[in-house]
Amino acid sequence: MKRFKMILSVASAVSLFGASILTFAGCANNEEIITLRVCNWEEYIDLGGWDEEERIDLDSGDIFGVNTIYDDFAEWFNETHDFKVKVEYSTFGTNEDLYNRLSLGDVYDVVCPSDYMIMKLLAEDKLEEYSEEFASGEYSANVSPYIDGVFTQYGWDKYAACYMWGTTGIVYNPEKIDDVADVSSWNILLNDNYNRQVTIKDNVRDAYFAALGIINSELLTTQQFDTDALSDIMNATDSETIAKAEDVLKQIKDNVYSFETDAGKADMVTGKVIANYQWSGDAITILDEADADGTELWYSVPDECANLWFDGWVMLKNGIDGNEQRKTAAEAFVNFLSRPDNAIRNMYYIGYTSAIADETVFEYLDWNYGAEDGVETIEYNVSYFFGDDGEYVIYADANDFEMDENDEINRGRQLFAQYPPENIKSRSVVMRDFEDKLTEINQMWINVRCLDVMDISPVTIGIICGAVGFIAIAGVLYGFRYKLFIKHKPKKGFKKVDE
Amino acid sequence: MKGLRFNRKHLCIPYAVFLILFVIAPLIVIVYYAFTNGQGHFTFDNFVNFFTSTKTLGTLLYSFSVAIVTTAVCLVIAYPTAYILARSKLKKKHVLLLLFILPMWINFTLRITALKEVLSVIEGNISVYPFLNSVIGMTYDFLPFMILPLYTSLLKLDNSLLEAASDLGANKATVFLRVTLPLSIPGIVSGITMVLLPSMTNYVVLDMMYNNTYIMGSLIGSYFSAYDWNNGSLISLVLLIIIFIVTLVTNRFSDKDTDTKGAIL
Repeated sequence: MKRFKMILSVASAVSLFGASILTFAGCANNEEIITLRVCNWEEYIDLGGWDEEERIDLDSGDIFGVNTIYDDFAEWFNETHDFKVKVEYSTFGTNEDLYNRLSLGDVYDVVCPSDYMIMKLLAEDKLEEYSEEFASGEYSANVSPYIDGVFTQYGWDKYAACYMWGTTGIVYNPEKIDDVADVSSWNILLNDNYNRQVTIKDNVRDAYFAALGIINSELLTTQQFDTDALSDIMNATDSETIAKAEDVLKQIKDNVYSFETDAGKADMVTGKVIANYQWSGDAITILDEADADGTELWYSVPDECANLWFDGWVMLKNGIDGNEQRKTAAEAFVNFLSRPDNAIRNMYYIGYTSAIADETVFEYLDWNYGAEDGVETIEYNVSYFFGDDGEYVIYADANDFEMDENDEINRGRQLFAQYPPENIKSRSVVMRDFEDKLTEINQMWINVRCLDVMDISPVTIGIICGAVGFIAIAGVLYGFRYKLFIKHKPKKGFKKVDE
Repeated sequence: MKGLRFNRKHLCIPYAVFLILFVIAPLIVIVYYAFTNGQGHFTFDNFVNFFTSTKTLGTLLYSFSVAIVTTAVCLVIAYPTAYILARSKLKKKHVLLLLFILPMWINFTLRITALKEVLSVIEGNISVYPFLNSVIGMTYDFLPFMILPLYTSLLKLDNSLLEAASDLGANKATVFLRVTLPLSIPGIVSGITMVLLPSMTNYVVLDMMYNNTYIMGSLIGSYFSAYDWNNGSLISLVLLIIIFIVTLVTNRFSDKDTDTKGAIL
């Protein structure tokens, strides 16, 4: 009986709880509040709270962040639509982290993975297609023709809306390097002169890309390749290449300061390292912070090849789940972020390069990077990005760029990192998903990072075994000391009695 | 209404629920993944992989070396400290003890970041000594876990036993070796368990100390980030078994002396 009562009480508690949830859901249905579940990279959106001196005063109007963008979105949406939306914003640390969460059953409506993860999700048929109405929205109107071209070429344009994009390269301190040619090659990671003074990214994809750059260094710097051929070289995943990459990465491991996930930024600014493998957006943050400290750092895109990467908003099938209102809200969210003023807010806040190429964005660029009067300037052409309909040239401070003999810019400062010039574009490739080679490449990465028993010198093994053996023997001898050595004999006149 | 009367056993329910949800259930999932392959078929492959790969064995060895050296260093530093703290007649020894526990109140990543800066000043380029720095970082992190159990077991030490030993003619060294040390063994054992096991897997410290070599924790992480739940789970399982064995061994030590069992917590 007692047990029955207990079960009864538990059951009533559960049903009460369930009922309350149902009521909750019922309320939500009546008032038609759609909860839009957004999952984005950490520190990858404007969270507002700007200082007054951070106000961006463009001719076409001021831009200023007070609230988070997603709160602004909800406010705007609720004013302009006939149903209400609430944004549930969460973040992820790596693409793999996001993928694992999705496969463990977390449900999101809109997420922002990188290029290769978009490919993977697309191949697994997990992405919801953007609707016809979306094509007439802010994103399609404002997106850069260049980005649009790449997305169409890869077949993502129906499923993904580019958010941020950039290159990978090397941030360096020009005063601490011997020769500027050193930072123009991925070989800097193997350079003895900078032993333990350069960092590399701690993830297998970026490390593998750099290794491929080193393996093919001579080939890539002596011959010209078109983008397709270059893409094939830098996306090679045959066993022979993987084995070569393993060798290179093992040498890199012994030469670099560290494999870093985030610490590299601070180490570069504080001068612990002299060069740093970086994504262009983080490079800008580093350059800005170093400027504030009075150190001038530069960004270089290696001569061999750069990794061109994109992060794009995609809608997930299991999140949208055929709900038209939810899909409308999700598309409105992407379009809201694609509004030029919001794109600028995000760009300013996170330092990365938005895919939005609108007149206002160009105005912001000019406001940000246009040289002051009386400074020697160069014509920095970004027309490929902003469109062929006009000349998009920024007259930027000539001291912020370094030109080679062909008048091509391969090293520079913030503007160069944010909007790479056309010559960089031609030697950048998108890194595809490893697909079925992932296990093999991950094993390669483990081989690089793990200690191999076979690599330990026999002397070390001898010492370790000796030490462990000594401790074990000493312990055994100590444990049996009364049986082996110390015999307690009864004193004279006494006699041992069994207990 | 007799049946609804509150029973003392019912106090266990919250913990039992917690245990089932967050310990038993994940454990079952780990075991399931460890003995299946990507397609969900039963297999021993992961198991064979683990024990035939020189890399995983090397990593196991490396983790053990880091953990054992850390534990040894902690013990060497903590024992005298705990001894002095516990046996001294200082009126303010609680304040002193607090000084050792205080760092535990600060988030450990913050502490390690600070330590990193200090080491950079002392060593110059800290990436040159990865093993040393990992041990320093771990020691810094886990020292309080060694001091506390030692302190409690030494504090409980009955003074009359020490007096009796002295009365019977033992000099100070003998008293320490024959009375104090054996009686503090439960403290030592529980200190070792609390330092050895976490330091085998605490890869965040290694990461932050720029150690490029993987330990067990980072190896599991690298399998998971390649969506390989099976091999990752198997390594977790192996670690669990190691922990289980260590706990079995240490329990033997502590069972001898039921009075000081409280020190093992």
